Amino acid sequence: MNLIYEPWPWYISGIAIALIMLLLQLSGKKFGMSSNLRTLCTMCGAGKQVHFFRFDWKAQRWNLVVVLGAIIGGYIAANFMTNENAVLINSNTIEHLKTLGFESAGTAYLPLELFETRVFYSPKTLIILFFGGLFVGFGARYAGGCTSGHAISGLSNLQLPSLIAVVGFFIGGLIMTHFLFPLIF
Amino acid sequence: MRTLFYLIIGILFGITMYKSEAASWFRIYEMFRFEAFHMYGIIGTALTMGVVSTFIIKHYNIKSFYGESIKFIPKEKGFTRYMLGGIIFGLGWALAGTCPGPMFTLLGAGFLPISIAIIAAILGTLIYGILREKLPH
Repeated sequence: MNLIYEPWPWYISGIAIALIMLLLQLSGKKFGMSSNLRTLCTMCGAGKQVHFFRFDWKAQRWNLVVVLGAIIGGYIAANFMTNENAVLINSNTIEHLKTLGFESAGTAYLPLELFETRVFYSPKTLIILFFGGLFVGFGARYAGGCTSGHAISGLSNLQLPSLIAVVGFFIGGLIMTHFLFPLIF
Repeated sequence: MRTLFYLIIGILFGITMYKSEAASWFRIYEMFRFEAFHMYGIIGTALTMGVVSTFIIKHYNIKSFYGESIKFIPKEKGFTRYMLGGIIFGLGWALAGTCPGPMFTLLGAGFLPISIAIIAAILGTLIYGILREKLPH
């Protein structure tokens, strides 16, 4: 196992996420990424019109720095810590994706059909990415958190609301994957 | 100094999201088809360790690096907002194959179309803020 160039196994990945949360806890902060989307709205002046965005965003600056780090981390990992981009998912999953038209399944990090630069010329793909992002942003704030805030830190603190939210995440994800994908793709 | 510390945490987070493949659309799709243990293993490991570390911090009243007491604010009680918001989030998570942390990692990794999803996620947050008083919580 080469942790620099090969993909990390699940247990290394899980331990790393737990350590990141622990470092934030020991700094007196909360592990939650979607709050940054609200902070960005406030920074753009949304607080002038909408009460929900009226708060001191400077108190959240630390979390924006974490986001900046997440961008830099992605750059480092993709450019200096990767020999082979392909994500080796289950061969059944690959077969199924091919029936939906995802020819890049099993050969790339992300489906090229959705994330190659040429999709900027494909209105359908842009609409898919737009609505995906819109639901993520709206849903995360409505539910009061996302994967990090509910599934990891909320459940770690044994919060029932987080469990309800995570059940919701899965209901939504299963509906999309099993019922809506065949209609969309 | 503190800023540098948060930057390093963020970089570690970004590297972890990329190298764990939790930032890969394919892994999210595979997870929702229950065809691999990978994502469940990641979340399960992080959660198990998180439950223990959170318990220890609370039980022994461990102080932060800066000597302050560590507060865990309980989530507000409720059902509707968590279930409905969760379902909407899940629909987006499966469609875009990314959540609010990894989307920034993917931007750094050079997948520029993810910027559409990021802008839309900020817009979605804004729409929630505007509609908040009218939504059932």
